[in-house]
Amino acid sequence: MSETVLEIEGLQTFYGKIHALRGISLNVPKGKIVTLLGANGAGKSTTLKTISGLTRAAAGRITFRGQEITAAAPHAIVRMGLIHAPEGRRIFKGMTVQENLDLGGFTNRGERAEKQRRLQYIFELFPILSNRRNQDAALLSGGEQQMLAIGRALMTDPELMLLDEPSMGLAPFLVQAIMKIIRKLNEQGTTILLVEQNAKVALRLADYGYVLETGRIVVEGDSATLREDESIVKAYLGGGH
Amino acid sequence: MTILDIIIQQLTNGLILGSFYSLVALGYSMVYGIIKLLNFAHGDIYMVGAFVGFVILSFVSTLLGDGWLGILPSMILAMTAVGFLGVLIQRIAYRPLLSAPRLSILIVAVGVSLVLFNSVMVVTIGEYKAFPSGLGYEGITMGHVHITYTQMVMVGATAVLMIALHLFIAKTIYGKAMRAISIDMDACRLMGIDVNKIIALTFFVGSSLAAAAGVMAGVYYGSIHFFMGFVIGLKAFTSAVIGGIGSIPGAMLGGLLLGLLESFGTQLPWVGTEWKDVFAFGLLILLLVFKPTGILGRTEIERM
Repeated sequence: MSETVLEIEGLQTFYGKIHALRGISLNVPKGKIVTLLGANGAGKSTTLKTISGLTRAAAGRITFRGQEITAAAPHAIVRMGLIHAPEGRRIFKGMTVQENLDLGGFTNRGERAEKQRRLQYIFELFPILSNRRNQDAALLSGGEQQMLAIGRALMTDPELMLLDEPSMGLAPFLVQAIMKIIRKLNEQGTTILLVEQNAKVALRLADYGYVLETGRIVVEGDSATLREDESIVKAYLGGGH
Repeated sequence: MTILDIIIQQLTNGLILGSFYSLVALGYSMVYGIIKLLNFAHGDIYMVGAFVGFVILSFVSTLLGDGWLGILPSMILAMTAVGFLGVLIQRIAYRPLLSAPRLSILIVAVGVSLVLFNSVMVVTIGEYKAFPSGLGYEGITMGHVHITYTQMVMVGATAVLMIALHLFIAKTIYGKAMRAISIDMDACRLMGIDVNKIIALTFFVGSSLAAAAGVMAGVYYGSIHFFMGFVIGLKAFTSAVIGGIGSIPGAMLGGLLLGLLESFGTQLPWVGTEWKDVFAFGLLILLLVFKPTGILGRTEIERM
């Protein structure tokens, strides 16, 4: 077993009175792609939000690179090397592509050379962003907006990236393109925790998968195992795929 | 006096008045943009700025005199002090309520206004204070029109502050963070931006601009009093609405437009200076009914 980057034990979260997470435990090993699967409302996004500090945990423990981050502020967590590209992309519309990327690099704002290096890396991954850097981000297509959201998250050179539904609303060929990029990022050393509704796509990419149902993990295993187990696919992952 | 004389004279008056409105409106608009709060205490920040400037100038003038040489450093010191006051108010009164319903924080803002207003009233025993500046009426005379150097320096100082603010918002990472927070606060958190610090910075900048206007108003009108912030607070709010609340260029434009409108409006036949507030607030009502997003504002569905 390789080194664990992220470790979660017995995590519980409430949204008002709704008990959204009812004790989640999972591990993300260094250099791997781990995916969280499940239906709408299963608690996938809430898990990510609780890890990145946007939502407070009611109980449990989150450890990132050996340090507990359960009650840490979101900006402090980013500084430690954990970045969360949220559901719906959430790019800053009304600001240019370049400004969006600048803000992605907020935590290393003093380091000019580092920022240039990151920008260059991102423009190599997504040449389209380079061409459109002075345009309003709102004018980008859905796929380009997703590229910007990922690019913005990469400005900090994260150790671990939480990706929430990067394929949402994209045409199949774009989904493939985005998945290819995620694979490439992973090969270059970024550990990834991926939330997806499209289980087929996610399991092809990931090393390991967890299936959530109403705030609990009901199944976990190697992607290959999950993919091939007919009963799991039928019960949790939409047998139609 | 010819028509041209009147135009030049009123243009000058309007620009001065508009400068004060714009500087105060900026703070209104910046704070609204970032946390959707109509900070009704902002007019009182302007008033406190005038009094802090008064106290500082009283000391500084013994060293540097009571001309611009003493006034400008006093103004900068007052801006800094009042900027920190704005941060303190934000920290104590507004920050705990950021996730509360908007109405709660609005009522707190009215409360802060009353606290500032009454505190200064008690400290000054409700008296007018003569602003200790020694600026004369020298200037340039063109026909019947006389424009003082004081007026020119004020318009110039306002222009410098606005250009500096514009560059800060457009070019620096902190300015970009302010704009980004007004678009999506949670996304900013996920970028590693300490949102509370940027909000505090916004209050600092907004409050110090209001203080600059307060000190300049003290110099210009020659006397200050504890209720001077009330009407200008409402006028600045009107300016922000004219320009489009939340928009920084809008606040600058709205303030200048309102200043010019008031000074030219009083030149209409049968209409005297006593009507200028009717102009301003009549315009506010019309705008809120017909074009609540103002000239440069974004369409906003959320209501106060």
